[in-house]
Amino acid sequence: MYRYDEFDAAFVKQRTDQFRDQANRRLSGELTEEEFRPLRLMNGLYLQLHAYMLRVAVPYGTLSSKQMRRLAYIADKWDRGYGHFTTRQNIQYNWIKLEDTGDILEALAEVEMHGIQTSGNCIRNVTTDHWAGAAADEIADPRPVGELLRQWSSLHPEFSFLPRKFKIAVTGAPNDRAAVRVHDIGLRMHKNDKGETGWEVMVGGGQGRTPMIAVTVRGFLPERELVPYLEAIMRVYNLFVRRDNKYKARIKILVHELGAEKFKSEVEAEYAKHPAQTTEVDERELARIANYFARPTLDKQSRFAPHFEDAKIKNKEFARWARNNLALHTDDGYTIVNISLKPEGGIPGDATGEQMRVMADLAERYAHDELRVSHAQNIVLAHVKLEDTFAIWQELVKHNLAAANYGLAGDIIACPGLDYCALATARAIPIAQSLSRKFADLDKQEKIGPLKINISGCINACGHHHVGHIGILGLDKKGEEFYQITLGGSSGDSASIGTILGPGFAGDEVPDAIEKILDTYVKLRAPGEEFLAAYRRLGPAPFKEALYAAA
Amino acid sequence: MSTIEKGQVMTANRLADGEVVFLTRSGTWNEKIDEAVLAQEPQAIAALEARAGEGVKVNHITGQYLFDAERVDGKIRASHIRERIRTLGPTVRMDLGKQAEGTAGAFAAVEG
Repeated sequence: MYRYDEFDAAFVKQRTDQFRDQANRRLSGELTEEEFRPLRLMNGLYLQLHAYMLRVAVPYGTLSSKQMRRLAYIADKWDRGYGHFTTRQNIQYNWIKLEDTGDILEALAEVEMHGIQTSGNCIRNVTTDHWAGAAADEIADPRPVGELLRQWSSLHPEFSFLPRKFKIAVTGAPNDRAAVRVHDIGLRMHKNDKGETGWEVMVGGGQGRTPMIAVTVRGFLPERELVPYLEAIMRVYNLFVRRDNKYKARIKILVHELGAEKFKSEVEAEYAKHPAQTTEVDERELARIANYFARPTLDKQSRFAPHFEDAKIKNKEFARWARNNLALHTDDGYTIVNISLKPEGGIPGDATGEQMRVMADLAERYAHDELRVSHAQNIVLAHVKLEDTFAIWQELVKHNLAAANYGLAGDIIACPGLDYCALATARAIPIAQSLSRKFADLDKQEKIGPLKINISGCINACGHHHVGHIGILGLDKKGEEFYQITLGGSSGDSASIGTILGPGFAGDEVPDAIEKILDTYVKLRAPGEEFLAAYRRLGPAPFKEALYAAA
Repeated sequence: MSTIEKGQVMTANRLADGEVVFLTRSGTWNEKIDEAVLAQEPQAIAALEARAGEGVKVNHITGQYLFDAERVDGKIRASHIRERIRTLGPTVRMDLGKQAEGTAGAFAAVEG
């Protein structure tokens, strides 16, 4: 199980004490807001519409049961009894008081948690595949490399005051679940003919107001070279990027403006300047880090799980949940449990303190004490015996955590939107709720098949609308909310940015519009053809026709 | 006939807990928008700005700004949905925020 080392524990403690002092000085008036703002942001504390918001880092989305219980405790003691799991695999609390924040950070530090690198113009906490270390299709667990990069980037003086925020995602599987092509740097593990592993390095992806797909600058970089090579990328970024306009200060703009080839040659030239790399990583150090993520010992199970099979026959609802929410594990008799935080009509990603404790207890009892937060705002138990899934499901049902819609139309990503966020231009959650109710019928969802509906409440795209198969972007038109629909986005292996279909809709028109799009798909799809494949084959025309043809 | 006066309201977040507050005629900050001054003349607006600046100095509030509003039958309605949501709480959690604490504004986030 992942843990901090002694260095990190001392550092987080020091930072917590510092912040308590800074907050006290702000409250006494010794620090102005201008002075205090960057300090609070360095610790994940934002000022939002109704209160302060605290964003807590969950590195690689990985949590122990003890940590999850602490998150529940914070929700109950200092917030309003719930938290919001985010598309960056973190958790946010919406009702935080500045005067409590020192105590909250101390409570987090006691379980090796904090809000560092969740905000500001630094290398943010690294995100990854929520099935890391468990998925059947994986080459190797990418989290040790994520941790290597965190240790390298935390407090790195050269990269602490970047022109803009900088996000890195890593995956160790050929099926990309970490959206690596829409990050500033994406890393993907490959295996060559000799059986060696190396990393594809992708640069310049991103969402926000200028969505871009990253370009590959190296196809197969040995792991020990990752840190010096990423340093070369960061230096080229720091040297060349525009600082005159914050919207043009992300690396994606630089890659786009220089051109991929020119950017690559600049990186290679920078990399060649330092032939005797002092930051190349020692194999022993890599092994030491990898040991933090050692797999739990899984007792050998038979491939056939009789109780599981029997329960599916006897209980149709369980069978449906098992069909949709379980994923293929490396080991016979094991599975990956995906707990959907998207109940019908619910708020995507929200969980109550009680629900967090229930999931923590389940993880402790059945899943080697480990939970994951996914970027789709769900919770994962990564190593579970098939024979235990019925007991888990029964417990989930009792706590409104058994939505059997994982990866389907009801599994909607939505940012907090104008209900909470100071940057939002429209609400996102009510749209998610109305769609969730519209497609409440799970038979219908299963007939539609795998689908990603992603909703953002502003152009900053925290709800990943650009890479939703169906993306919905909430905007403000003369003080009224309206919503643009895009089709054909994907954060997967063949990543693509969605295309705007046509004029936007009022919020209450969105569910009908989405239904028309899905009806069109169902009518025109080839047997077994998923939504994204059908859209790529058909193009936007039939969908436009369905939506905008004169009645 | 209802009477409508248009103007601007000064708002901020209370420093210690982030609560949304509005500047009142007596120069204090109140959680209810209906206690706010609706400034109509440039001089009155300038006075709100000056008082808000004092609020920052004595450290009660942070992030102050003016927004457009109107008084309808004695109640203040923010012109933009964003500000109406700030006078109420999240539209998706009616059990939270001012709407649950008896300090809500009189107008829904979205009418109709």
